[in-house]
Amino acid sequence: MSNVIVVLFGNNGWDRSAEGAAGTGQRLAQSTGGNLNVVFLGDASKEARDGAAACAASVVVVNQPELAEYQPEAALEAAQKACAEISDTSVVLFGNDTYSQELVPRLAHRLGGCSLADVQGVTADGGQVLATRSAYGGKAMSTYSMKKTPVVLWVRARAMDPATPGAGGSLEEKAYELATPRLTITSRDVLESEGPSLEDASIIVSGGRGLGGPEAFENELKGLATAMHAVQGASRAACDAGWVPPNWQVGQTGKKVAPELYLAIAISGASQHLLGMGDSKMIAAINTDPDAPIFKHCSFGIVEDYKNVVAPLTEKLNSMG
Amino acid sequence: MKILVCIKQILDPDMPARDFKVNAETKEAERGGANLVTNIFCENALETALQIKEKTSGKVTALSYGTDDTEDSLRKALAMTVDEAALILREGDSNPDAEAVAKVLAAAITKLGEFDLILMGRESGDWGVGQTGGLLAEELGLPSLAFVDSIEANDGTLTMRRQTDSGTETATVTGPALALITNNEFNVPRIPKTRDVMMSYRKPLEKFSLADIGLSAEDVSGSSFYEVTDLSIPTKDVQCEFVEGDSIDEKIGVLASKIQPVVAANS
Repeated sequence: MSNVIVVLFGNNGWDRSAEGAAGTGQRLAQSTGGNLNVVFLGDASKEARDGAAACAASVVVVNQPELAEYQPEAALEAAQKACAEISDTSVVLFGNDTYSQELVPRLAHRLGGCSLADVQGVTADGGQVLATRSAYGGKAMSTYSMKKTPVVLWVRARAMDPATPGAGGSLEEKAYELATPRLTITSRDVLESEGPSLEDASIIVSGGRGLGGPEAFENELKGLATAMHAVQGASRAACDAGWVPPNWQVGQTGKKVAPELYLAIAISGASQHLLGMGDSKMIAAINTDPDAPIFKHCSFGIVEDYKNVVAPLTEKLNSMG
Repeated sequence: MKILVCIKQILDPDMPARDFKVNAETKEAERGGANLVTNIFCENALETALQIKEKTSGKVTALSYGTDDTEDSLRKALAMTVDEAALILREGDSNPDAEAVAKVLAAAITKLGEFDLILMGRESGDWGVGQTGGLLAEELGLPSLAFVDSIEANDGTLTMRRQTDSGTETATVTGPALALITNNEFNVPRIPKTRDVMMSYRKPLEKFSLADIGLSAEDVSGSSFYEVTDLSIPTKDVQCEFVEGDSIDEKIGVLASKIQPVVAANS
């Protein structure tokens, strides 16, 4: 028997990422014949506690002032101590938020295990943990055989199925003695965004290098996004140019999204961009180049200059109500 | 201030997908006619280090674990006005795991001296595993921060700004510390001046074997953390339907009729 731990941040609540991580943890635990354990770093809402307790054998809420807001060293040490108290752990799962990505390799090192990032699928048959993920900027798929125990992973949790309710487990609060941190996060600036986040959006209107500057994002594309009830995104080229904020970036090194519809405007479709939005249910593109790689991934598209398409399309959609 | 930047040389990630081939036996990409380039986030890290040096004085060292080919990447770093470079020559596995690389870098850094700040790219454009930085921080026992896009140094205190899912955070640390660098509009890597390219050949680039830094090939075999067991190119069978029409208005009408139902279902 070997156990699975899902580590979540209390502040994130029982979001889609928590559900997907718990679901994957539950399926792994079933295949290894072990238990699913959920650890919350920082106080968690009733909804989060209930969500975890419904599918996990044990829920630990590490509730102490040092974890009220994320600090890297406190979170790392608390995760290390909480994981160490659970015996026979084969896999430790995190979601794909900033903090999880930062903690995973450090926690693996401290637990004497191994780690991997951006995992899209994980199995644990016969005690051997195999993880699949994209490689080479989305040009290839790779499978990794993990060699040390525990295996610490951050997974694309939002794309993974939630857990099924189980018998319901124990819940306890804990607090640990934590070392004085050397590095301190002193301020946090949340960029104002209207509506849902990119990751949670049902429809995304994304723009790329071909837009030529920030104006099109602010004018034509914003209007279209409003008409489509969509969230705006961008390619890396547009973010690097400073046209839009970095957290608009969709791609290998930006957000990984999977909306119902992803409309790519003046985006050629570099593989690193495709890696971030390839899971979208439907992809459409507006591009002047019929040979642009983006069209190889589209359900439908139009070969035109966006300038001739976006404004009339917006008008048309508004008139259709 | 003494800054060390770890860099990785990789297969050009901008090579066209149609030229990309994998070797099923070695489970690595075929180089073919593609160039070897410095990973972009490593160049962002070099640029970040050089900007700190220019504001505060000090020295920037570039370090890489690679082959003789990697000399080109280090030479380019020197041309960007890095002061000195060190190359640890790889032995054993050609795709060593992240832990093996972190051990090599940690031993090399210990050999090279003491640094106030160590920078790395957040992940590489080839395998993109993104684990080496965190593992190196643990090997060296340093505080670290990921997704950092700018750093200011003031009297031994480092102020780092980093990108998060929802915005930015600012952190302070009294060195030494490690930062994993991501891109922003301010750390776009500089293009070396011709004069600096010439000068780069006069700057020190020292090569070391694993034995020179106190390791043996067995210490860093390269597959005790994880091992790639399969590498393949996924097949896509999506057929794009290009919107047709006699006029652009007609085409836009067709486009709208395809988009509208999805909008209606999700609003």
